[in-house]
Amino acid sequence: MAASDTIDIKMIINGTEVSGAVEGRTLLVQFIRDHIGLTGTHVGCDTSQCGCCTLHMNGVAVKSCTILAAHADGAEITTIEGLADGDILHPMQEAFRDNHALQCGYCTPGMVMSALAIVNKNPDPTDEDIRHGLEGNLCRCTGYHNIVKAVAAGAKAMRS
Amino acid sequence: MYEFTYRRAASIEDATAQHKKADDARFLAGGMSLLPTLKLRLDQASDLVDLGHLEDMRGITEENGSIVIKAVTPHAIVNASELVQQKNPMLAKLAGSIGDPLVRNRGTIGGSLANNDPSADYPSGTLGLGATIHTNQRTIPADDFFQGLFETALEEGELITQVSFPIPVRAGYGRFANPASRFPLVGVFVAETDSGPRVAVTGAGPCVFRVTDMEAALAKNFAPESFDGITISPDGLSEDIHATATYRAHLITVLARRAVEEALI
Repeated sequence: MAASDTIDIKMIINGTEVSGAVEGRTLLVQFIRDHIGLTGTHVGCDTSQCGCCTLHMNGVAVKSCTILAAHADGAEITTIEGLADGDILHPMQEAFRDNHALQCGYCTPGMVMSALAIVNKNPDPTDEDIRHGLEGNLCRCTGYHNIVKAVAAGAKAMRS
Repeated sequence: MYEFTYRRAASIEDATAQHKKADDARFLAGGMSLLPTLKLRLDQASDLVDLGHLEDMRGITEENGSIVIKAVTPHAIVNASELVQQKNPMLAKLAGSIGDPLVRNRGTIGGSLANNDPSADYPSGTLGLGATIHTNQRTIPADDFFQGLFETALEEGELITQVSFPIPVRAGYGRFANPASRFPLVGVFVAETDSGPRVAVTGAGPCVFRVTDMEAALAKNFAPESFDGITISPDGLSEDIHATATYRAHLITVLARRAVEEALI
């Protein structure tokens, strides 16, 4: 196989099976945005620091700019587009809106996906748990305070 | 990234066979260091051999008084492991201090050790606990494994399969995080092992190293005050925009004390 040959992959994204042909070096986030057209997952730094590209792969929150699409062949992926039920936002999304947890919104999809990973691990996280849980996500607008409030509120809404 | 051929390994034997077939291959585990390195074009590979689907390269067991961690086990799993928390809690703490939660979900122990980043956490715990690195060809004591800046004893195509950590009598890990990258600016792992005390320092120099003066002091009395009068020379330590060599040398003494205090709790 030559380096320029493509690899056929398929995966389940937000409950729907998708397939495509990618180069070895194609990143998971490029496949999802450019091949599948789901542009809610953002690329911020492209160096695995900012967390804008966070999604869930096989139930685990990961930075999709630092995973090869070919590696994710056969995986189950959840992106930010997979959370809302039609026009009804997921409780965590609703909590971000209610608590003014975003300004420009660029980091928000990654923040929400990390927030859900925090709650999946611990349904009732303390502020400290939340701050540590968000260490892989950078926000340059809000100063984080309202994001922490939103994650706590979202967790509470998800418990009820 | 420059283009490369992606190869998915079906087994450890297949991984090494595929590596051998390629011109200039790298093993891909979690990719948390390798992929950014390739993106930044600090490295270029003809082929990547993906180990990420080898379930038999993941897992943690206790064998003959040691905790054995398979090479492709992510940091988050080591951090959350009840076995590690119970038998070797500082190793669990170390794994939980690497990077951020998203990085810990992917980054692996084998990848970290093979890369031997001068600021990585795992080299300090591996050297500090006197661990043994198992490869597809041999076993390598930690004292012989770490050889220099991003340099290890691994030969071309040699693959780490698991790492065996003897359970210490007690251990502590003092770590001063760079506030931006969260890499340890300096990290000091101190352990009282069956073969005596060990003190291993990461972040301060081009490669993890032991501080024999401190080990000798702890052998007489395993207490933080044993370090009174011990100073570390800044000669040969790293100096960059984050800290001078003198500052790093000072941090070693501060963090070693904290590690001993933690070990005695």
